[in-house]
Amino acid sequence: MKSNVKPRVLIFSGYGLNTEEETKFIFESVGAHADIMHINDLIKKPSVFKHYQIAVLPGGFSYGDDTGGGKAYARKLTHHLGDALETFLNRDTLLAGICNGFQIATNADILPGALISNKTPGYLCRWVDVEVVGNSPWLSGIERMSIPIAHGEGRYYDTEKNLDHLEASGAVALRYVQGGISKHFSLPGNPNGSLRDIAGITARDGRVIGMMPHPERAIRFTQEPHWTQKRTGEVKKEGDGVALFRNAVRYFA
Amino acid sequence: MAVRITVTPLVDHARADQTFRTLKTIHPKSGLREVAVVFSYTIDASFSKSALQKIARELTNPVIEKASIGTVLTPKDFSYVIEIGYHPGVTDNVGNTAREMIENALGRPFPAKGGVYSSIFIFLSGRLSKKEVAAFALTLHNPLIERAVITERKNFKPRSLPFVPKVTLTGSLRTLAVDLNVSDEELIEIGKKGIKDSEGARRGPLALSLSEMKHIRDHFNSLGRKPTDIEIESLAQTWSEHCKHTIFNDPLDDIHEGIYKRYIRGATEKIRKAKGKKDFCDSVFVDNAGAIEFDDEYLVTHKVETHNSPSALDPFGGAITGIVGVNRDAIGFGLGAKPIANTYGFCVGNPKDTEVFYRDKEKAQPLLSAKRILEGVVRGINEGGNQSGIPTPLGFVATDARYKGKPLVFAGTVGLIPKKKNGRKLSQKRARPGDYVVMIGGRVGMDGIHGATFSSEALSGGSPATAVQIGDPITQKKLSDALIREARDQNLYSSLTDNGAGGLSCSVAEMAKECGGFVVDLEKVPTKYPGMQHWQIWISESQERMTLSVPKKQWTMFKSIMDKHDVEATRIGEFNNTDCGIVRFKGKEIFNLSMNFLHEGRIPTQQTSTPVFKKGVNPPKNVSIGADEALLSLLARPNIGSYAFISRQYDHEVQGTSVTKPLHGKGQVNTSAGVLQPLPHSKKGLVVSNGYTPWYSDLSVYDMAAASLDIAVRSAVVTGGSLDHLALLDNFCWSSGNTPERLYELKEAARACYEGSVIYGTPFISGKDSMFNDFKGFNKKGDPLHVQVPPTLLISSIGVMRDTRYATTIDLKKDGNLIYLLGETHDEIGGSEYAQLISEKIKKNYVGEKVPKVNFSQNKKLYRAFERANKKGLVSSAASVERGGIAVTLSKMAIAGKLGADVSLQGLKGSTKETHMMLFSESQGRIIAEVSKEHKKQFESLLKDLPFKKIGSVNNSKILSIKNTSKRSVVALSVSKLSANYQKPFSSFKS
Repeated sequence: MKSNVKPRVLIFSGYGLNTEEETKFIFESVGAHADIMHINDLIKKPSVFKHYQIAVLPGGFSYGDDTGGGKAYARKLTHHLGDALETFLNRDTLLAGICNGFQIATNADILPGALISNKTPGYLCRWVDVEVVGNSPWLSGIERMSIPIAHGEGRYYDTEKNLDHLEASGAVALRYVQGGISKHFSLPGNPNGSLRDIAGITARDGRVIGMMPHPERAIRFTQEPHWTQKRTGEVKKEGDGVALFRNAVRYFA
Repeated sequence: MAVRITVTPLVDHARADQTFRTLKTIHPKSGLREVAVVFSYTIDASFSKSALQKIARELTNPVIEKASIGTVLTPKDFSYVIEIGYHPGVTDNVGNTAREMIENALGRPFPAKGGVYSSIFIFLSGRLSKKEVAAFALTLHNPLIERAVITERKNFKPRSLPFVPKVTLTGSLRTLAVDLNVSDEELIEIGKKGIKDSEGARRGPLALSLSEMKHIRDHFNSLGRKPTDIEIESLAQTWSEHCKHTIFNDPLDDIHEGIYKRYIRGATEKIRKAKGKKDFCDSVFVDNAGAIEFDDEYLVTHKVETHNSPSALDPFGGAITGIVGVNRDAIGFGLGAKPIANTYGFCVGNPKDTEVFYRDKEKAQPLLSAKRILEGVVRGINEGGNQSGIPTPLGFVATDARYKGKPLVFAGTVGLIPKKKNGRKLSQKRARPGDYVVMIGGRVGMDGIHGATFSSEALSGGSPATAVQIGDPITQKKLSDALIREARDQNLYSSLTDNGAGGLSCSVAEMAKECGGFVVDLEKVPTKYPGMQHWQIWISESQERMTLSVPKKQWTMFKSIMDKHDVEATRIGEFNNTDCGIVRFKGKEIFNLSMNFLHEGRIPTQQTSTPVFKKGVNPPKNVSIGADEALLSLLARPNIGSYAFISRQYDHEVQGTSVTKPLHGKGQVNTSAGVLQPLPHSKKGLVVSNGYTPWYSDLSVYDMAAASLDIAVRSAVVTGGSLDHLALLDNFCWSSGNTPERLYELKEAARACYEGSVIYGTPFISGKDSMFNDFKGFNKKGDPLHVQVPPTLLISSIGVMRDTRYATTIDLKKDGNLIYLLGETHDEIGGSEYAQLISEKIKKNYVGEKVPKVNFSQNKKLYRAFERANKKGLVSSAASVERGGIAVTLSKMAIAGKLGADVSLQGLKGSTKETHMMLFSESQGRIIAEVSKEHKKQFESLLKDLPFKKIGSVNNSKILSIKNTSKRSVVALSVSKLSANYQKPFSSFKS
């Protein structure tokens, strides 16, 4: 599996997913080759999975959240590509579900739990601070990230028993914390009432990750919400989100 | 037989929380204790028991939900239940998705004649009366598009058979020949109320004048036949004010070419000529959007639309249709631009106003309250923009009692398009003879019949509910992906346009201009349900559709791409060069018009205006209201205060392009301009901004227009834009637009646009007008009333920045920095928020005497100087001085930065003399800038010979202190208090 050629990334699209292009851009700028692939093309030819090492279920609004966020896309995925995806994940591959992609992944049983409506109802777009608490190839070397969220159904939910189990097994990957951004704007650390402040979860030894925040929207300094206040001081070159994509590429280096 | 599958949430559900909060807010005294919801899918088809179980599993997430078949699970405790679902024929997005999920689960197509219909059960607990619950139901649904069934607990039968909202259309399908050789009275009736159908009922407004009706009659008499209904309906669409902009194009007084050609297009032509090689316009006024150069490889497009009348009837549906519709102006530009940013603007009545107006004398049709309208339009743009994956960096809210009858809903979309692909210029398009006429996207239904002619009419009791549509962003997103990501760059079509106003009748006729004719076989057009009349199919404005011309040899490839994206694509005819438009139904010709008569047949009407002069007086000087109190009150008013609840719920991070956010600084303050970086690998930026000052129309519409233009330009410059590369868009929203007085004001406003844009060198690239924003109805006593919106002009700008790092925000940055006021202050409180505030305090109306005047030439020098200073990195923060004057602007900067400031009014440039005037005058052309001490000399030398004054400095005190000319403290307020007031106006709205 490991080689010197660029790792190949498959980015799902179709039916209202919408973050494919940003995701492709950041992957390619850290040394991967990324393809945006319509789910119907995959259904027609599931064997293409074998050409890829990384798969991303990106953010978006698949099916307009009708019948519940991520549900309809997940069902389509399970019915038509369940086996192909299982074969893919049984190899030493990586998969990320971001925002709507996380909702899809939980509905498709790729990741545990569910994402329910924000504690304060409604769609919310802001920046958050997350702390890395689990082990995952996606997160190696990262301690904290300040990155944005944009969702209406992002509160992580599961039964208390299952949550205990997730914590004990190290599956909790990211937690919302009251960090730099939240303090700067006097905002609560946990933006949506997620149980146990969970922002991201992993499965399969951390190779599969699901997260509500958007690392692909935090790749340059001038994206940060307070960069005009910081520009006289120390200027970072890149945003916090880049490291996550670089990690994925390095995993196959 | 239909069966119901319900899904019951097992954990908290936002829909229940939200419903509870809405009801508690609007009916605070009710005994409502709790709300629970159950989602229902009525499946109108026969399925086996095991298939139904499979479907139920498909629709349920077992971690958080429970399904049930044939019955509704009721909560333990409830006193009433309300079921809300759509009327037959209203777009049901959830139902459509559920249908597709069922197909996926069962692995076979859904029975053709069946359907899936969504509804929601809302269970209410607490001691409630029947009357209260009826009022709840009215709060929770819109009777124009939805039905609500209220049931008391004892009568609720969870197993009762569901209602199936299936459309059944009766009546014979045929095309009528219409006799126009009738009396003038009858011609007027037809023009005003519509053609009679075979049962004798009028079909709805054509908005054709008597002279236009006569002209049509004479044309068909010369052909020796009667026109068909579909021909007349089509002419009404194509000639409508909405499509042809007759008021702007027809002669007005001695302006024979019309005010559009003279003032709007005239300005652009003059500017482009003067710029010569530096001209950055690419496509102006001819396409669905205007386009300017972005860099060597890309163009950017912009278009701002209004969707006022539909939003008055159904705010949610009107606004979502508005934003998704204007997205299609980007997608329909050239061969297809990618939408990269949305903008919005809401002009509504005061949300606190509770007086009810009625559409009818019998008071059976109350108007929606301003609060309800605002809540609905905010939600509409939320769903439309967020679901489409398009960021919303900019918008505004303005309130005035005169927007109560008809709100104004502005929706804009910026697009990005490569200049060339495969050697083909993507901004150019041309349908060719022999190309297929292809319709893609949604199907055609009864929704949006007479939309174009309806908006040319004032809103009254007879307004058709069919004018209401509900947009479906996901259908359109699929269409957009299929076109912009694939079909466009494979050269699979030669032209395209949006199906907006007038539907196919306008889009096909418009594209046929490019080649010279068309034949359409109407029976091929896919419809949502059977039984639609021919003319209805032709003019329906059902959403998410585009018309394309596809060369025959490309059809197979084109169709396969559409199939993959799950976008319905249908060949409905062929373009040709016969100079003739023909529509057939199953081979029979029902429409045959020469292209010339269709497009050029309308005879321009000479319009005449009558000058209007208005005067106002200042509030008496002895009105004692302290500057502190006035400032705090102003900050808490909806025209000035925060609408962060909107900014936070509109995704401004998607696509990863944001540079400045809709809310600036630690203190999160709304502004009138935004910056984004469209390409991830290039530092080049785009600035967009808004300018609007409808309140100045009370004194002078010329000055209203001048100020709106000035604010749009100034806020773009302040945020980092440049006059070298800045273009404008106009949106005129008038009332009684064809009366001589309003025509005079229109002419004056257009003249201001000409003068301002020519001096600033900022060309108009696109525009839109909506001339009849009137409401004719009744008050609670049943007395007739006519509410007219004040003449409102929204100027939007779009400009290119060389480097996004020079984007500027308004938040004060650092202790010790200096504060400058650029520009002159005069005693101009005419039409100001301050004059309104005082008038309300003393319950007497003082508009104010002097309306702010714009000195374009002087401002230009000032803006140029500011640009240079900003480019050198001398500016720490900056804001354009707008509503509320410098006191409000300083407050916003302090709130945003959470820093204090010490300011003196001594030595202000301009003729101002009196303290309150200095604080609250809305003189135009002014900028407040924060500059560090080390840059003082350089900054001041750049402004040499221009009016500017160092008025104070930033400090850590967290107090805004302002001293008057005699060094007496007139304002001394903590920033936290300012901020608390600033957050007040929409605090009852949920974000």
